[in-house]
Amino acid sequence: MENSHIVIPEGKPKIQVENLSLYYGPKLVLNKVSLIIPENKVTAIIGPSGCGKSSFVRVLNRMNDLIPEARIEGRVTMDGENIYDRDVDLVALRKKVGLVFQKPNPFPKSIFDNIAYGLRIGNHRSRAELEKIVEKSLRQAALWGEVKDRLHQNALKLSGGQQQRLCIARALAVEPEIILFDEPCSAIDPIATAKVEELIHQLKQDYTVVIVTHNMQQAARVSDYTAFLWLGELVEYDRTDKIFTNPANKMTEDYITGRFG
Amino acid sequence: MISVKKKSILGDLKESLIQKAFQTSGLLAILVLLGIFALLLYTSVPAFKEISLKEFLTSTRWDPTSPERPEYGLLSMLASTIMVTVGALLIAFPLGVAVAAYLSDVASPKVREIVKPVVELLAAIPSVVVGFIGLTLVSPLLAKIFKLSHGLTALNGSLMLAIMALPTIISISEDSLNAVPVSYVEASLALGANRWQTLVRVKIPAAISGIIASLMLGMGRAIGETMTVLMATGNARAFPHGLLQSVRTLTANIAIELGEVPYFTTHYYALFGIGLVLFLMTFAINLTADLILEKQKRKLK
Repeated sequence: MENSHIVIPEGKPKIQVENLSLYYGPKLVLNKVSLIIPENKVTAIIGPSGCGKSSFVRVLNRMNDLIPEARIEGRVTMDGENIYDRDVDLVALRKKVGLVFQKPNPFPKSIFDNIAYGLRIGNHRSRAELEKIVEKSLRQAALWGEVKDRLHQNALKLSGGQQQRLCIARALAVEPEIILFDEPCSAIDPIATAKVEELIHQLKQDYTVVIVTHNMQQAARVSDYTAFLWLGELVEYDRTDKIFTNPANKMTEDYITGRFG
Repeated sequence: MISVKKKSILGDLKESLIQKAFQTSGLLAILVLLGIFALLLYTSVPAFKEISLKEFLTSTRWDPTSPERPEYGLLSMLASTIMVTVGALLIAFPLGVAVAAYLSDVASPKVREIVKPVVELLAAIPSVVVGFIGLTLVSPLLAKIFKLSHGLTALNGSLMLAIMALPTIISISEDSLNAVPVSYVEASLALGANRWQTLVRVKIPAAISGIIASLMLGMGRAIGETMTVLMATGNARAFPHGLLQSVRTLTANIAIELGEVPYFTTHYYALFGIGLVLFLMTFAINLTADLILEKQKRKLK
């Protein structure tokens, strides 16, 4: 796109997206998007509804494979491996790239079984080992204190904010390298949102985080880099402080100041 | 200006009439059910003037036309009914759930569009036709395989009933598998599970009450089925000792004897007693299935 402004971030690149186009049937959802997502940083994807934000993160762990009419062009490399190569093991990819969904979606199982799910399907571990990882993940997700006495209660009994942190803990338990958040706070209240944001902030020490958000303040608060997508095109990608104080593109400025969207 | 006052009371009247009409038809269904129950109860009670309830329920000998001492024990036939039904479900349930899982998870939309109506068509085969197939096609085959003098056995009945229970099991299991929210499936896949693991560890557990309900409704279908078992199982009155024996189920016994029994005799009343037992069994099973389905709906909401 003309006037697009895309920087190459500092630090070690974790994900490289090159000329990525995504179609749902005849519909073009993402148009030749190229960007580099740095390791151990939080990268936010912003843009108006229907701009392809969610589709973009779903490209990164190939959840779009579930949609039969989805078709992709271009390359997405992680640590130098193209995840759309024929010999990619989807199971390994999804262990490497965790996803936290828009609406909290715990399984109708106990809190413990939710967290242990990803571990149990992987390989057999001893009960003691499971317990250790469950506790560690819940602590990481700042939920341990609230649930430690009722690990065997049904997870659906938790509040929405707790459920979302449970989903984060569940994603952390399989020890991914990258965590994708698809509007993680759109279905929870402001206090729970603050907790999740705090969490995302801490996660970047160990993980590469990509977060899709509708909420500009949230992007400004949690991210190091921000990408602005508009109608499937990447308009601007830069350091978050730069985008929010001095955007290069007029459209970005209009969007973040609330003139459209 | 638009006046918000009612123009006439006619509209009100129409409304209440329509409501009454629907109410009545709803009540009618309940009345019919209660009526049947009352009739069965009323017609079977006289039997127990001569038969003790204990003999009726626990004796294995059913010989109402014996000149010396008529006997009225339904246990052999009850055991036959249970044996044939359990046999049918042992075949139909695993198969039905597998087909349901295939339809909801694996099959392409095109295949599903073909297989689903075919499965439903299976339910439309008249039971006499299924019985006919059992009688002429399957039973000679069974006789050959197991080296029997004839193949009209409990196993033959089970096979035929399995065919008849399959559509119920498949369609209700599939419905409940499809009712599992996509978000569960996505969560599972995003954690690195494959489709098989997602089916076994997430979808089936989430849909389990519906799947069990399908089993119960299939059971209700199998217990009440008459014509097929009448034609397929050989109708021997002895207590069954295995699937390769001829058996007579409760339903078949009513069908065989009611046509020839003198009216208003103990035998006649006793047949209604068997009907009452059948009614209570299927009623309990269907009610349980309904309660389970209702619970599942609430859980997944």
